[in-house]
Amino acid sequence: MLNITNLCKEYEGFKLDNVSFYLPKGYIMGLVGKNGAGKSTTIKSIMNILDFQGEIQVNGHGNIADEMTVKQAVGVVVDLPFFPITFTLEQVGKYAGAFYENWDRDTYYNLLNKFGLSAKKKVSELSRGMGVKLQLAVALSHKARLLVLDEPTSGLDPVARDELMDILMEFIEDGENSVLFSTHISADLEKIADYVTILSSGKVFYTGEKDILMEQYDIIKGDYSKVDDKMKKDLIGLRRYGDSFEAMISKEKYKLYDVNSFQTESAKIDDVLIYAERSDS
Amino acid sequence: MVIVIKNNSSEPIYDQIKKQILDAIMSGDIKEGECLPSIRRLARDLKVSVITTTKAYNDLELAGYITAVQGKGYYVSERSNEILYEKLLEQIEYHFDQAISISKKADLTEKDLMDILKNLLKQEDA
Repeated sequence: MLNITNLCKEYEGFKLDNVSFYLPKGYIMGLVGKNGAGKSTTIKSIMNILDFQGEIQVNGHGNIADEMTVKQAVGVVVDLPFFPITFTLEQVGKYAGAFYENWDRDTYYNLLNKFGLSAKKKVSELSRGMGVKLQLAVALSHKARLLVLDEPTSGLDPVARDELMDILMEFIEDGENSVLFSTHISADLEKIADYVTILSSGKVFYTGEKDILMEQYDIIKGDYSKVDDKMKKDLIGLRRYGDSFEAMISKEKYKLYDVNSFQTESAKIDDVLIYAERSDS
Repeated sequence: MVIVIKNNSSEPIYDQIKKQILDAIMSGDIKEGECLPSIRRLARDLKVSVITTTKAYNDLELAGYITAVQGKGYYVSERSNEILYEKLLEQIEYHFDQAISISKKADLTEKDLMDILKNLLKQEDA
């Protein structure tokens, strides 16, 4: 469905460095990383609203060479809706209908209704949550195959977040559609994401199945004097306090060491993010 | 069939799903030949990832409890109860085996061992 290869982008003080990942048809991927890690730049590149090096394909179509085909297939949810703020939602429907080949007016009005949005309302009058819903209504009405959402849950209350998760799961239920969403709320990811890509300082720290990631790392704590030189190289994001230390380590590597000397617990997605960032600074 | 997921349990979600489907088969809540919810429907209902429900169903299929029918979905195998029964027998044999080897360490006779078992059964009945 979505195939990103060697995506690079550089501007002052920031570099997206050979980002590659693949999202298969029928699944949900979460894109995570702290602010400035490159999530929005990646998403803007997919939308082709900024220049980049590398290749982005949606269903085998390059997003530059086949720009129109890709735009028809991708539905986007961003912070601020693209539509002119003076438009009513009725006008938004007409505007979108003129652009999208597969536009289904009935679906649009049904969704507005379902989401509790009045067609008479203006874009400027929408709350953050309503703006997200409007963009979803547009995406689902033009039969997008890939939904790309930039921080869709930030600023939403827990009920609205739960509703959004349900809409996304419904969207992929027939196995034909995919979702890429960036977030820094890991609770959303831990539930519904099939795949996770972690960006850290513009590089991919991890990309793959979420369940594998969640079984991959341990947080390890203990007496720093018991850590030998070889083991030091395997510690990610080491922090020392007094004689003690804490760090992240892959479970695979941890097996090689004196397991009884340290305390460990499984690393959650937030832990992986924190330690990956720390190892980089 | 009732399936409920504990999100903060240390038991992986796919194990929770597997166990509850097996319980439902054993209790007769879902019967041999009956259709299970689709992988994607179940993921949506439970709000878990599709990969998680896929893994649960794959494991159950490998063990022979459920069968995939191309284009139709998953069904409880005709032999599912038989397999479950065999698995339970295996478990009983395993635990008896353990008890026997412990009794040897303690120098118990066959009669001692049988007495223990009879007593336990009596307690269970009471």
